[in-house]
Amino acid sequence: MTTTVSSDSAASTQAEVSREIADISAAYQASGLEETQPRLDYAPYRSSLLRHPTKDLHHADPETIELWAPCFGQRDVSPLEADLTIQDGGEPLGERIVVTGRVLDGQGRPVAGQLVEIWQANAGGRYIHKRDQHPAPLDPHFTGVGRCLTGPDGTYRFQTIKPGPYPWKNHHNAWRPAHIHFSLFGTDFTQRMVTQMYFPGDPLFALDPIYQAITDQRARDRLVATYDHDVTQHEWSTGYRWDIVLTGSQRTLMEES
Amino acid sequence: MTDLVPTPGQTVGPFFGYALPFDRDNELVPLSHPSAVRLHGRVTDGHGVGVPDALLELWQAAPDGSVVQQDGSLRRDGWTFTGWGRSSTDADGHYVFTTLRPGATDGRAPFFAVTVFARGLLNRLFTRAYLPDDAEALAGDPLLASLDADRRATLVCRGDEHGYAFDVALQGDGETVFLRYPGQ
Repeated sequence: MTTTVSSDSAASTQAEVSREIADISAAYQASGLEETQPRLDYAPYRSSLLRHPTKDLHHADPETIELWAPCFGQRDVSPLEADLTIQDGGEPLGERIVVTGRVLDGQGRPVAGQLVEIWQANAGGRYIHKRDQHPAPLDPHFTGVGRCLTGPDGTYRFQTIKPGPYPWKNHHNAWRPAHIHFSLFGTDFTQRMVTQMYFPGDPLFALDPIYQAITDQRARDRLVATYDHDVTQHEWSTGYRWDIVLTGSQRTLMEES
Repeated sequence: MTDLVPTPGQTVGPFFGYALPFDRDNELVPLSHPSAVRLHGRVTDGHGVGVPDALLELWQAAPDGSVVQQDGSLRRDGWTFTGWGRSSTDADGHYVFTTLRPGATDGRAPFFAVTVFARGLLNRLFTRAYLPDDAEALAGDPLLASLDADRRATLVCRGDEHGYAFDVALQGDGETVFLRYPGQ
């Protein structure tokens, strides 16, 4: 697939982008390999064209500081920062939700006392970022930014508003599925990751080149939260559960061996 | 114990700028610190153009080589060295940190551990920015030894009048060596 694609905004139609996505998906399924992470080189996401490394990632055995992660604690994060609905003196508009889950390492052990950061659009699909010029209304009572520390069992929990989908300039009539950005740290530097959590059943999944850059359906499913009625609160908010697995901790592997 | 499959990463996108940066995020020490050094450079794309919406994170040892396990990065008090910071690139793709020289840990060649995020980058990238000062330590480093000379050079800082310069080329000429750790 070496067709010349332009990174100019809105140069392609959704049908063209969807065809590229389908071609890559068919080739992946024919390969018999299993991928678990997004491709860095994924032309349907136009911004990746000039920003992906062309050489293979180089193997490195983690050493010294790479076996440790930065520490965060009570002085870094106020417990109030986990509630995105109380940040600005009034109630934000939209569907109130709780998003909760556990952060685990690759061996299934909880990642305790570590920083989780989130950011998201408001219910109308608008970020407060000045680069977001989507003409949906800003919400004066919603910044869309939250932080918390995981508990002893790796649990994080945010009270927020369900974000709306929003248009972007990847191609003509491009829309992102609703999502919440998550930033995560582990116990090792090598476990650092940033990702996006999606909501079940979003009709935009098939059309979205960022979500589809993960070529494997099971891997894509790992980014989709589950509706959980036990998280839903009586006459207050609906609830979603989403667990996050980081890569293995090389330090604990070495300490145990 | 059965290993779990890691959750996939996704791009940091264009709108992290009101969420991830924080006050003095790139000042691991204040500019007035007597041992302050600058680590700076440019993040460029495949055309050599600066990437204005990238975010770099820095993680490093203390000057004595010890690993810092100290909270307080997000609320810097000016006295506590946490070993970690964050710098957003400017309109020309330039980032800058004010920090201390990391010492050698366990006798190894000292380096800054760097994580790169950007719009258009579908997953974070890891790299190392080695200090150029100790030629013997660099010559004995297993990672550097596993690379051809021209690629090796992308991982070594240049000394300058205030400290160190380290450019990150995401693609193209002088493409930086990015790392894959076991299990990734």
